[in-house]
Amino acid sequence: MYRRAGQIMAAALLAFCIAGKASATDPGNWEAVVAEARGQTVYFNAWGGSENVNAYIRWAGDEMKARYGVSVVHVKLDDTAKATATVLAEKTAGKDEGGSIDLVWINGENFAAMKRAGLLYGPGWATKLPNWRYVDYETKPTVLTDFTIPTDGLESPWGGAKLVFFYDSARTKTSDLPDSATDLLKWAETYPGRFSYPQPPDFTGSSFLKQVLTELVDDRAKLQRPADDATFAADVAPLFAYLDKLTPLLWRKGKAYPQNYADMKQKLADGELDIIFAFNPAEASSAVANGELPETVRSFVFSGGTLANTHFVAIPYNASAKAGAFLLADFLLSPEAQLRKQDPKIWGDPTVLSLAKLPASDRSAFERLDLGIATLRPDELGPALDEPHPDWMTRIETEWIRRYGAAN
Amino acid sequence: MAQPTRLGGNALLAFILGFPILAGLAGTVLPAFGYLPALGGFDVTLAHFTELARQPHILRSVLTGLAAGLLTTVATVAIVGTFVAGFAGTPVFTRIQHVVSPLLAVPHAAAAFALAFLVAPSGFLLRLISPEVTGFTRPPDWLLPNDPLALTMVAGLVTKEVPFLFLMMLAALPQLALLRARRLAAALGYGPVAGFVVCLWPALYRQIRLPVFAVLVYSVSTVDVAMILGPQLPPTLPVRVTQWAGDDDLGARFLASAGAFLQLGVVVAAMATWIALEWVGKAALARVTFSGRRFARDGALRAAGALAMTGCAATIFAGLGLLTIWSVAGLWPFPDALPGNLTPKTWMRTLPQIRHPLLTTIALALLAAAFALVFAILLLHRNGAGGGQKSAAGYRLLYLPLLVPEISFVFGLQVLMLSAGVAPNFASVLAVHFLFVLPYVLLSLSAPWRELDPRFEKIAAGFGRSTLEILFTVRLPLLFRACLTALAVGFAVSVSLYLPTLLVGSGRLATITTEAVALSSGGDRRVIGIYALVQGLLPFLAFLVASLGPQLLFRNRRAMRT
Repeated sequence: MYRRAGQIMAAALLAFCIAGKASATDPGNWEAVVAEARGQTVYFNAWGGSENVNAYIRWAGDEMKARYGVSVVHVKLDDTAKATATVLAEKTAGKDEGGSIDLVWINGENFAAMKRAGLLYGPGWATKLPNWRYVDYETKPTVLTDFTIPTDGLESPWGGAKLVFFYDSARTKTSDLPDSATDLLKWAETYPGRFSYPQPPDFTGSSFLKQVLTELVDDRAKLQRPADDATFAADVAPLFAYLDKLTPLLWRKGKAYPQNYADMKQKLADGELDIIFAFNPAEASSAVANGELPETVRSFVFSGGTLANTHFVAIPYNASAKAGAFLLADFLLSPEAQLRKQDPKIWGDPTVLSLAKLPASDRSAFERLDLGIATLRPDELGPALDEPHPDWMTRIETEWIRRYGAAN
Repeated sequence: MAQPTRLGGNALLAFILGFPILAGLAGTVLPAFGYLPALGGFDVTLAHFTELARQPHILRSVLTGLAAGLLTTVATVAIVGTFVAGFAGTPVFTRIQHVVSPLLAVPHAAAAFALAFLVAPSGFLLRLISPEVTGFTRPPDWLLPNDPLALTMVAGLVTKEVPFLFLMMLAALPQLALLRARRLAAALGYGPVAGFVVCLWPALYRQIRLPVFAVLVYSVSTVDVAMILGPQLPPTLPVRVTQWAGDDDLGARFLASAGAFLQLGVVVAAMATWIALEWVGKAALARVTFSGRRFARDGALRAAGALAMTGCAATIFAGLGLLTIWSVAGLWPFPDALPGNLTPKTWMRTLPQIRHPLLTTIALALLAAAFALVFAILLLHRNGAGGGQKSAAGYRLLYLPLLVPEISFVFGLQVLMLSAGVAPNFASVLAVHFLFVLPYVLLSLSAPWRELDPRFEKIAAGFGRSTLEILFTVRLPLLFRACLTALAVGFAVSVSLYLPTLLVGSGRLATITTEAVALSSGGDRRVIGIYALVQGLLPFLAFLVASLGPQLLFRNRRAMRT
């Protein structure tokens, strides 16, 4: 019911934006955007759980101030859904202008929810940004479809992500490492209590379920569409048969789970877990550099492929400083900002740009980056598996909680 | 000239505390019954409660939270009650009082982290004796914390609620004829604990009854402590409501509202159970009293009470010490009892970023506490020093924000403030902080206010001084220390507020607490350690100022340095 109302509202809103003062903040007229943005303050709502990321955003804010006279305030969230909640509360209160969020760092689930409820500004602004010309939308299809949902230029890509596993080579034999989900189950039988995954609906934990589902489902094409009520139970049966076997072999026998990736990282350092994973190939290198993980930690992937996706920035429909938000989104896409982001000493997040499209000097700077001792080179990262449609994740999380939510 | 009708202090209090809470509740209850136009909810329906009832293991979530809350309250009352009964008026009492009081300043989340670092299988206690005693070279696979019976969570809550209830009892003690009753009971051959319980407990309990309910409501509704120490499969209801409220699927907001409404019901059920327990306790006390049994040898019981009190303090102080070590630790693998190398790197990296949220925190806390203090003085002044029955009813209103679970009305409040066109800025966050701070400030000031010997003011009035002159020249100077303490209490409460700061401020106003919770999702113990330390240090400094202030200000008036 509310979905349809949301669509109607979104359509009405869209009509309003086009009819209204859209020309003043049209990224197609970039000079006007730059002029309008000067003096604006951009409230950038982004996860604030990592000092590396926070420092990077601070750097971007300083550059924006120096170059364009735009102030950037990083509103640090512990969960991106809080930003969705804020925009929703503003919409509930009828605050359709002068909203409190100008730019938000977003992933597939938040995007799907906000797009459905008509909470995003757009469409089409992202592909009009000047730096869009460098974006690798040919070989990285996840730049145009976020978890199978078309981005429609409603969000601008910011960084790539790939599921990568980490282990401590001082404790775990490299020759033992699993090479697929099925292998991982055998490994857990040999070493019970040394593997776990963050408790769904944590993003990283749910991603693990999607990885297993993708490997075990009879037809991967199904995952690119919303789940079918008629076949859902049969489609996910292999996943839950797998989890039924794995759960008693997990850390704490599946009676408790790590809370998120960072919690797993701490547990690898404490010696509670032997294999962990993250959605950023450089996480381990940067944790080693910070003294959070021992220097013997290394990465590996499954040769059959692991999930890959892209994360984005989007503008709420009622943002106050849209011009400033365009400018910041464009700056975050610039070769300079992307290069800095991929540096593991700073963040280590893979770029969304195509090296082939970059000017020669920028290209060679990317090629010269030292990715760190625990980071796999791009050609070692293995094949990329597509993210399933968000509908699968929602249903699997519900089913997971029903089955394993009261393990104690 | 006829005096204009005075707005009664209680009516004013009812409006200031009651209106935002009722409005916030409306913003929660309406979506629970399906009304939330922004999401297309126009029809009144019970469908969301049906959906709530269908949530897996919902009954268990409700019961675990309810049982943990009741157990926490029983344990807290038992520990503090036994200790006060056994030692009130003795030198041991004063000494332990000094150890326990600062604990009030430590935020719940910081205390919970401290406990988790101590008792986890990879925690400090096991590191200390491993591998030498235990033989563990790797942490054992024990389910601790997050045990299914929520016992770690109860332990965490008890360590934090004991200091609160203890200070509430301290405030009530002077109104009891303690020494005379003690002498009488001793002369009749009662042991200290039994004598106190028979002679003084009913009168004491009447005064601390509402704080006990506040402990009960907090324990039943806690989110942050439950997230750190509580069971996870399934978590308690308040944690699940928070998760639904933050769900990617916005439709879950209806479910969250229904859950928040159910939580209100859980709180009511907890209170009803507690009232039943009070009846049982009353009957038992009557039996014991009439049985004439003296329980003269209660040394073990008293020792247990003292041990439990100091145990709470020791746990938190040890945990905070551990957080300090973590904040400067390099790599610190199990089973090393101490980190291999120490480095100021995390502090160097974190301090520059702490400055701005720190200033915001201090400004918010100082202003909220100061406004609350001025308002409290005004209110107490209007009600008159005597107070009496009428104002006692008024004081009950103070507990309104403490008795309604935060989670049940803050989302509604956020919608309300936005509807009223209130921007998420410093002022609106300050207003909400004031709402939460006022009850605590009033509570800590009202006891000394009532206690002050009225004869001072009568003498001043005899000299022809006006009421206001008397207030400023007699009452307030005499209550200077009490005012400073109330200010420090308000400061501490403001520093620890998370949900209201985040939601009403739309996350724009970063305080130490919002930063700490955001960073705790990143799990880096070093950074968590730094923020928890700063978070605890602030209120501690406020209490230090409150205890030193009178000494400095009245250094030439010995009698007022109390």
